Amino acid sequence: MSRIIVVTSGKGGVGKTTTTSNLGAALAKHNRSVALVDADFGLRNLDLLLGLEERVVYTAIDVLAGECRLAQALVKDKRIKGLVLLPAAQNRNKESVQPEQMKKIATALAKGYDYILIDCPAGIELGFRNAISAAEEALIVTTPEVAAVRDADRVIGLLEAEGVNKISLIVNRVKPLMVEENKMMSVEDVLELLGVPLIGVVPDDEKVIVATNRGEPLVLGEYESVPAQAYSNIARRLEGEKVPFLDLMANQGNIFSRLRRMFGG
Amino acid sequence: MLNMIKRFLEMLFPWKNNTDSRNRAKSRLKLIIAHDRASINSDMLKAMREEILDVVARYVEVDREEMEFSLSNDQRMTSLTANLPIRQVKRLSELKENLTENSAFDLQDIEIVETERGPEEANA
Repeated sequence: MSRIIVVTSGKGGVGKTTTTSNLGAALAKHNRSVALVDADFGLRNLDLLLGLEERVVYTAIDVLAGECRLAQALVKDKRIKGLVLLPAAQNRNKESVQPEQMKKIATALAKGYDYILIDCPAGIELGFRNAISAAEEALIVTTPEVAAVRDADRVIGLLEAEGVNKISLIVNRVKPLMVEENKMMSVEDVLELLGVPLIGVVPDDEKVIVATNRGEPLVLGEYESVPAQAYSNIARRLEGEKVPFLDLMANQGNIFSRLRRMFGG
Repeated sequence: MLNMIKRFLEMLFPWKNNTDSRNRAKSRLKLIIAHDRASINSDMLKAMREEILDVVARYVEVDREEMEFSLSNDQRMTSLTANLPIRQVKRLSELKENLTENSAFDLQDIEIVETERGPEEANA
């Protein structure tokens, strides 16, 4: 039984594409077959974050136009078995595809892959409706910032109205030191506001940027890092495992904040 | 030198600098999310408040300065909360007068207990 999951957020720039690429790689590492679908027509980036940009030949538009078969358009990730990408067209805009067409593609992919992860564009217009048309589940990515949380709430409402009821939350770019100093909302704060179950917490980390520079998802990197661990944990939770959430405060801060913590300040 | 000591102290005792933007963000979001979910704009909310107040005012005298009228949400449920402090309950005769103006009510069906004291005195 394959699962079609849309990764969405409402607001742009909160980490949807990074999340999609890392979760795809993490699930493939767990021996699952995964098809990543870039639904951001006109502003595709998933190929870039995966480091597959030079190998894109056909796109979803070519498949829909009948210019190639679906299997021909899929770009295989050579670093890891079972991970493929269906690129979005870059020269067309978001209006060139309709929800029914996206649904057809996703349903066709579901026959051959365990997971179909759809990278949704920002906004709530046609691009969003395309991306969620086939989805049975949704992962909401947000950051602990007012605009991101508000937009996330709006998107959750729209998903519920469309009958996508299995919704989980990923809180991205958490800065534990700022939370401790009451300068940033905590994961608990965001959860209380949004009221959907939590599936992952990813700390703000420079390594994420370095990984995107290289075009290599963090979870495929040589070295263990906290964000890679966080993504890998989300993949395991998707698989139904009970994995405790990471303690982001461990090994954080300078000598002063550690002392402060020690004295309960 | 003095500056360094000051910074050191601030690092150890952060509660001295008053920067609780976290709770500010949370309370602002609570309000705006409730409005977004109910898709009620402030004009609609204002109109609704006036109508509700009109109805309530037929029975009791409301303290308009102290009243609160807000939307809030809990676990994806939005609720309208009205906190209307009552100054005085209207006298029976006044009430009957008000009710006869409104033909929707049948006076025979409404049982009214007249109270001599206002709520403040009752609490004392």
